[in-house]
Amino acid sequence: MEEAPSKRKHKKGFTKDQWTAVAFLIPSIILILVFVYGFIGWTGYVSVSNWNTLTPDFSFAGLKNYIYLFQDFRFQADLRNTVFFTIFFIGLVIVMGLGLGILIDQKLKGESFFRNIFLFPMALSFIVTGVVWQWLLNPSTGINQFFQFFGITPKWYTDTNILAGFEWGKIEFGVPVAIIAVVIAAVWQMTGFSLAMYLAGLRGIPNELREAARMDGASEFQIYRKVVIPMLMPITVSVIIIMAHISLKIFDLIYAMTGSGANFVTDVPAVYMYEATFKGNYYANGAAIAIIMLLVVAVFIIPYLWNSRKGDN
Amino acid sequence: MKKLYGFFFILSLVLVLAACSSGSNDAEGSSDSDSEGGESSSTVEIFSWWTGAGEEDGLLALIDLFEEENPDLTIENAAVAGGAGTNAKAVLATRMEGDDPPSTFQVHGGDELNEGWVAADKMQPLNDLYEENGWEEKFPEELIELVSKDGDIYSVPVNIHRGNVIFYNKKVFEENGIEEPETFEEFFAASQKLKDAGVTPMALGDKNSWPATQIFENVLLGVLGPDDYKKLFEGEIPFDDERVVEAVETFGKILDNINEDHAARNWQDSAQLVANGEAAMLNMGDWAKGYFVNDLEMKTDEDFGYFEFPGTKGEFQVVTDTFGLPKGIENPDEVKKFLTFLGSTEAQDVFNPLKGSIPARTDADESKYDAYGKEAMKDFGESRLVPSLAHGSAAAAGFLTKANQAVNIFVTQRDVDNFIEALKTASQEM
Repeated sequence: MEEAPSKRKHKKGFTKDQWTAVAFLIPSIILILVFVYGFIGWTGYVSVSNWNTLTPDFSFAGLKNYIYLFQDFRFQADLRNTVFFTIFFIGLVIVMGLGLGILIDQKLKGESFFRNIFLFPMALSFIVTGVVWQWLLNPSTGINQFFQFFGITPKWYTDTNILAGFEWGKIEFGVPVAIIAVVIAAVWQMTGFSLAMYLAGLRGIPNELREAARMDGASEFQIYRKVVIPMLMPITVSVIIIMAHISLKIFDLIYAMTGSGANFVTDVPAVYMYEATFKGNYYANGAAIAIIMLLVVAVFIIPYLWNSRKGDN
Repeated sequence: MKKLYGFFFILSLVLVLAACSSGSNDAEGSSDSDSEGGESSSTVEIFSWWTGAGEEDGLLALIDLFEEENPDLTIENAAVAGGAGTNAKAVLATRMEGDDPPSTFQVHGGDELNEGWVAADKMQPLNDLYEENGWEEKFPEELIELVSKDGDIYSVPVNIHRGNVIFYNKKVFEENGIEEPETFEEFFAASQKLKDAGVTPMALGDKNSWPATQIFENVLLGVLGPDDYKKLFEGEIPFDDERVVEAVETFGKILDNINEDHAARNWQDSAQLVANGEAAMLNMGDWAKGYFVNDLEMKTDEDFGYFEFPGTKGEFQVVTDTFGLPKGIENPDEVKKFLTFLGSTEAQDVFNPLKGSIPARTDADESKYDAYGKEAMKDFGESRLVPSLAHGSAAAAGFLTKANQAVNIFVTQRDVDNFIEALKTASQEM
């Protein structure tokens, strides 16, 4: 962002201002190097060691821990759950955020009231959301007491069925019904965020564009489909990236709401990582899960960062 | 100007360094911070997961009594909430790995202690303490074995809970004309009767897997008997032994009798099913008695009764909380003083009636305990003692974690071969 000073660069060395800037940056750079990248490196090192009891053992294990994980029922289930959680969560957050954003953008009365209502869940922590929705979606209490008047009692997060499942490795690959309950809670919490993003985006689209489209005889629906939504593309990309890194690393919501679930239908890698490391003392396995999670998130984040860097230049 | 910038630069560095060092100082902070009260006072930090209703009262009573007797020592209560110590164990692992051990910490006797902290070379032997106090005669031999490794004793047991108890709703049993079953046959006959009457025979809350694992370990004990049960976990009997297969099949049959929403409940929620008569029985450690009596206001032997898990009469699935002496603490002598206190009848008789457990010593004052406690004390003295798997005594934490996973999968899939295979694979690293 602050590219301007470097353009003024003298031929020899930095100016005094630049030295100052560097001096002020050094402490945080050192801290980040040690506490972020240093520890990522350390985790990577542990993940290829044999440290799977309370006694540290740093002998080289190669990819043993990774191979173990990919052959493990629980980890395979975790990958499946993460895939479907991420797809549903991001999809719904975008659709509902955009939908509510467009509604609020209609300059209705009480706009700020509704905006605040929709934004409010974001102020809660995932732990609170998890506990509340654990009660709401409890199969024997919660909203099922209302549903049973209509003769339907979904089992929510205790359902162990896998929809459209087929054998894959050790697990049945398909949509775990139980994960839908968790998706509902997560969407409830995070929709406000995408709503806020889309609302800002909508307000940033010049009215002239809509006017021009109207002059050309486009219907309101066509205006949104052909003009507004394409112009919101950068926002959508940002929402996807931010939501993806939340959903791929999700821990607190699952831990508070459902735990691993029967047959690991709501388990995710972060919960497995915590239990393997701190309950089973499988430090190397836990570190391997952490590294896999890092790589998966990197697949999403790095192209985005790359792109935005190019954009800046 | 230049000087000013330099000053800010140094200042920011100092702040950063201060932030770092204060972080690591927190470790010893616990003992430093209390020295304000006077140079002579020393602090002993007791780490536990005793935050529940009765147990917290017991712990606080212990601390008060000790501080009264030893005015120069201060006890710091470092309890971490979370049933069965799930969170506390994680916090403890972090502190131990970070070379910041608490003065003494709650640990279940058995492999959680021996294959965990002792094997990792983090504990100091307490043989001298046992000799000084003549404890080898005061604690049952099989219990001392549980806290010993290679001839050295590593911790002081404070209380005993029993894991192979089934609690039941008396009214439901009476209405359906059911007697307390002693064998698996009688148990399944009773279950069928209850099922026909529209009552869930067995309540289970396995949001955390251990209550299901607890049923499995009791079936194992019932099928194998105490000696072979111990041999199984010592690796002398393989997990694909046909009696283990039989136990798994019986476990599966018990699971046919549980409530459908088991995965949404923790053990307290499942106890409520028994309390309100929706379910008839609950296999739970006898801490459930405290929950029935104190939280659900039920009367022992009136509203709810209890019996040994089928096939385990005369056997006692031991869950014992013990306290040891970690290496690398500053004031081992003071901590030993506290441990001596924890091992005394006086302390055990203050703590256990409040916690709802029985003392680990066999010479405690019986009159301080309720009817259930008296009976449990009698059984404890007469029964064979076996270590619990679900509570980390029979096997190391690594095996337990994998066993819990296998149980979780089995509860849904009921695939006996898969389950046996998983246990066998896990046992190879035991």
